[in-house]
Amino acid sequence: MRRFIFVIIILAVFTTGCARGFSDKEIIIAGSTSVEPFADKWAEVYMEKYPNIVVNVQGGGSSAGIQAAKSGVADIGTCSRELKPEEKDLNEIIVAFDGLAVIVHSTNKTSNLTIEQIKQIFSGQIRNWKEFGGKDKIITVVTREEGSGTRGAFQELVMGKTRIFKGAIVQDSNGTVREIVANDPNAIGYISLGLVNDKVKAISLDGIMATDENIITKKYSLVRPFLFVTKNTPTGEVKDFIDFVLSQEGQGLIKEEGLIPVN
Amino acid sequence: MTQLERNEKLIQIALAIIAFSAISFLAVITFFIFFEGTPVIIKYGFKNFLFGMDWFPSEKSFGILPMIIGSIEVTAGALIIGIPLGLACAVTLTEFASKRIRQILKPVIELLAGIPSVVYGFIGVVILVPFIRDNLGGPGLSVLAASIVLGIMIMPTIISISIDSLLAVPRTYREGSIALGATQWQTTIMVMFPAARSGIITSIILGMGRAIGETMAVIMIAGNAVNIPHSILDPVRTLTSNIALEIGYSTGEHRQALFATGVVLFIIIMILNTAANIMSRKMKGQN
Repeated sequence: MRRFIFVIIILAVFTTGCARGFSDKEIIIAGSTSVEPFADKWAEVYMEKYPNIVVNVQGGGSSAGIQAAKSGVADIGTCSRELKPEEKDLNEIIVAFDGLAVIVHSTNKTSNLTIEQIKQIFSGQIRNWKEFGGKDKIITVVTREEGSGTRGAFQELVMGKTRIFKGAIVQDSNGTVREIVANDPNAIGYISLGLVNDKVKAISLDGIMATDENIITKKYSLVRPFLFVTKNTPTGEVKDFIDFVLSQEGQGLIKEEGLIPVN
Repeated sequence: MTQLERNEKLIQIALAIIAFSAISFLAVITFFIFFEGTPVIIKYGFKNFLFGMDWFPSEKSFGILPMIIGSIEVTAGALIIGIPLGLACAVTLTEFASKRIRQILKPVIELLAGIPSVVYGFIGVVILVPFIRDNLGGPGLSVLAASIVLGIMIMPTIISISIDSLLAVPRTYREGSIALGATQWQTTIMVMFPAARSGIITSIILGMGRAIGETMAVIMIAGNAVNIPHSILDPVRTLTSNIALEIGYSTGEHRQALFATGVVLFIIIMILNTAANIMSRKMKGQN
């Protein structure tokens, strides 16, 4: 009798294992840590709707995501900056837009800067707030670390070929940049627009506020795409998942989280 | 060979294997760091890498001089703060405080060594950094903040080893000195310190090792700018924080350059340890 139960259990374990193995499809997504929380959200809702599909989301950074898509390790690579010319052979799908907000301390009198002025601040040409009519205080410039997608986008959209100056404080996440700017009256930094809270003040660029509307109409210039990249044109489950992401429902999910939908 | 002897032999072999496995880990780590790190040093030139002023991995410019200087400055700062305070504390507890106070305070000091470094970093960010920013100027995240926090972090090491070595000095030394008419302070400075010298130096070396290797607390409070600081109120990046900050996103040569940073750190620590060992041995010889 005992042996019989044992056999039943073994059989049950094996057959369910097989069942999962045969009918469950796994989609692997890897890449940008900026995209990761949103991809997680999509995956979570998608797996609830289609229980036989497993969506596995991993981080690693934009460059790692592109590598993973290229080599086929991941079905979808995610990227939080524009593709470089040498990466253009991949298939790219824009899944959302994210604004970059330039933030200062909430008591800072400066509320508007031109892109050129921001470039001068981050390149170290202008070091004092009094140049903009503020207090006679040295500007604390806060930036992200080399390799970060957010820094990559900022470099491309604002700095161009100019380097961010070497005296700038470097932090390794949006959260810590925001924390420093929230506590230092003389600080300036840049973070993802969705993460701006009332502890810091987002300044307008060339007189244009970083609002959803201004981003959709392309008036606000610091906008970066969130990309899904695939090696070939997606088919099967991967295509279904991407269709879900681009659907009304999928786009609605990220709008709640502070991103700008694609359509 | 009896059963007992055979067992003895087996245990000996097992212990030897365990001892060598610890060393083999070191060998594997060393090999791996050098294997990953040296190609990029060779490609961009030893001189450019070690004495380059610019660290812009996205533009293939890998110069780590500012970080070497950063590590040295922060460690020196930590020693300037940690050694006097630590030794003063050790002397007070061994020479001047009663046995009861020592019995209470020593375990408390040793407890300090067990606090995770991220907690020190957090306290630094919340209390020390705003204090420096408001009272001394600058961004607060600075060489000074990192030195103070590291100085406190290495104090338990310095204190507890110094106490042990001061207590190990034979009683007759102290009694002889006092019998000759020296005051307690003179006895401490002229007799106890020289006699406990090698233990005190060992404590400082271990403290220095902790300061130069510390990563988490430093990332949180040093500001991490890749720049040679002009004053102690400027931000700075150390070799260890460079590796920890950028390893998450790095690929290709950038990643290799981070391993190369590890190679340099490894060599610096080897040099410091060897120098300190030689010094400590010399001091012992003089006694």
